[in-house]
Amino acid sequence: MSPFLAEWWDLRDLGNLVGAILEWISERGAPDWVTYVLSGIVGIVAVLLWAILSQLAFIWIERRVLGRMQVRLGPNRVGPWGILQPLADALKVLAKEMVTPRNADRVLYWLAPILVVVPAILVLAVFPFSPGMVVADLNVGVLYIVAVTSTATIAVFMAGWSSSNKYSLLGAMRSVAMLISYEVVQVLALLAVPVFTGSMRLGDVVAWQDNYNAWLVFLQPLGLLAFIIASAVEVNRSPSDIAEAESEIVAGYHTEYGGIRWGMFQLAEYVAGFAVAATIVTLWLGGWTLWGLEEWVPGWLIFLAKLYGTFFLFIWMRGTLPRIRIDQLMGFAWKFLLPLMLLNVLLAGLEKVVWTETGASAGLVLPAFAVLNFALTAALIVGWGAIAGGLSPRMRAKRPLLVREVGGIYYQPLP
Amino acid sequence: MEDVGSVVAFWALAVVTLGAALVTALVRDLVRAVVALVVSFLGVAGLFVLLSADFLGVAQALIYAGAIPVLIVFAIVLTPRAARDNAETGMRWPALVLAGALAGLVIAVAVATDWGDGAREGFRETASAIGEALLNRYVLPFEVASVLLLAAMLGAIVLVRED
Amino acid sequence: MSVGLEHFLVLSALLFGVGLFMALAKRNIVGILMGIELMFNAVNLSLVAFARFLEAAERLSGQVFVVFSITVAAAEAAVALALAVAIYRRRESVDVDRINLLRW
Repeated sequence: MSPFLAEWWDLRDLGNLVGAILEWISERGAPDWVTYVLSGIVGIVAVLLWAILSQLAFIWIERRVLGRMQVRLGPNRVGPWGILQPLADALKVLAKEMVTPRNADRVLYWLAPILVVVPAILVLAVFPFSPGMVVADLNVGVLYIVAVTSTATIAVFMAGWSSSNKYSLLGAMRSVAMLISYEVVQVLALLAVPVFTGSMRLGDVVAWQDNYNAWLVFLQPLGLLAFIIASAVEVNRSPSDIAEAESEIVAGYHTEYGGIRWGMFQLAEYVAGFAVAATIVTLWLGGWTLWGLEEWVPGWLIFLAKLYGTFFLFIWMRGTLPRIRIDQLMGFAWKFLLPLMLLNVLLAGLEKVVWTETGASAGLVLPAFAVLNFALTAALIVGWGAIAGGLSPRMRAKRPLLVREVGGIYYQPLP
Repeated sequence: MEDVGSVVAFWALAVVTLGAALVTALVRDLVRAVVALVVSFLGVAGLFVLLSADFLGVAQALIYAGAIPVLIVFAIVLTPRAARDNAETGMRWPALVLAGALAGLVIAVAVATDWGDGAREGFRETASAIGEALLNRYVLPFEVASVLLLAAMLGAIVLVRED
Repeated sequence: MSVGLEHFLVLSALLFGVGLFMALAKRNIVGILMGIELMFNAVNLSLVAFARFLEAAERLSGQVFVVFSITVAAAEAAVALALAVAIYRRRESVDVDRINLLRW
């Protein structure tokens, strides 16, 4: 049991309420495994409900916000301000016929939408919504996030392959190529966090940031920036939604899916987006803490506010930035982000060594690191961009080799 | 491991792992074989967690369920005019006999030996202990492994580059 | 009823047998490679089981071995699949029965 637990009416942490109910059950003579299983079921159901409700809300918010950004109205017919639009959409998706292409590999075609959702929901298990509100606070939490999201790759490939449609296969191969490239960047960006906190348990990471009053965004601005970019690619959101680029390859790997199967892909995409936002909030933005405000406001409300704010950032990016070409996207990962992330890990290790070896006080060292890291981030981005972008045309690759393999269109540049 | 949870988990994971491995061996379609292989790898990851190797379990899921299937998938897609089936050569019966004999031998040895394993507790958190071991006792193999990875990466690039 | 070291070793042996069968009998290079990966997994499983049941608490040598084994397996998979692609480019086939240039 968590040491944070208090009385059941202390709604700053809903874990208190659940804990009190479980205690009441075990006092009635239920064996241990009943409470164990029950606590798991309560956690899973709560997380699922939250994810689905948030998704319904954000379908509406995203479409309205995008409408505003693109100087149009957005959905405004169903209910006041179109607020019932997600429900109408959900009904439509549920009622639609699910078509299976004749040449599809039926087993894989049927399995793929399910397998795509599973990892997206499994990731949510490790995030501490507040001190006691976590389904499983693993001691390898940071690694768990990467491991679980990486298993979605094969499900995406299954969807594209089994549809026996060229656009599906192109979308799947683009998606797989993107995922494995940006996964490397993601892992390296995440790696610098445990270097500072000394623990991969997400609860400990939040506690560390609370303890030193230093969100890791101040110590790791470069890591956060790279993680945001890589995550936008991982969850297939514009400007890097080339795996389902409507104007190029219809809808990518889920071209052939309709009805609730298509809905599963949408659900997975949104939940993966929430998971990414939750990762950013937990690891870089201090989780459920807000410099003492968590004493008065429930921690989970703070966490959710930060999470939705971070998710809004992704909507904003989608509304503002144009889509990137696939070879540019791959080149950006390998030539720009990867070297910077390697430097970032090295830098984090050096700073940790300086901190522990000199024995300087945190109040002195952390602000110095923050200033240094922000300066270095700006210098590295500008400098490396100038070097990598300023290569003479002769030194650039003649033809992006991967483009043809993963289904891109390459235009021969004018002489 | 006497408690009910561990026993149930072991048998469930064992059935999943071995069943998925058999599906991998028997199914005719290569892509289906890859999917079954991923399930088998995830079963092994679960067994690692059951054996209180939490770090290895997650690493197994990351590498064997995330990275290696993607490599295999790329190999399948980059050989478009090759056969997609997973058939055996004419050597299937000798191979079956040999594999069965080897498995039988290992099982016989494993069952016959008195391992003298006491009822000791599982490890607690292994991530930091593995990290310490890698940077103290096993630092030389660690460095060699990184050089090996670099060499393998270069080798793979050189093998498939178009000149 | 309890689960001991023997259970894991028997499971590992069976997994190794399946992998060996695939590596010996499959016609497609990719199939052979999948068999090899299965054998790697079987060995890793037995190493972790030995570490859990036999080893002193602090050493963790078995698990460290598995870390190296996973590393080497990843490198091996990359090189082997690159080989498969390279062979395909030359001969338009990944059927090991047809790749017999080195036959006596």
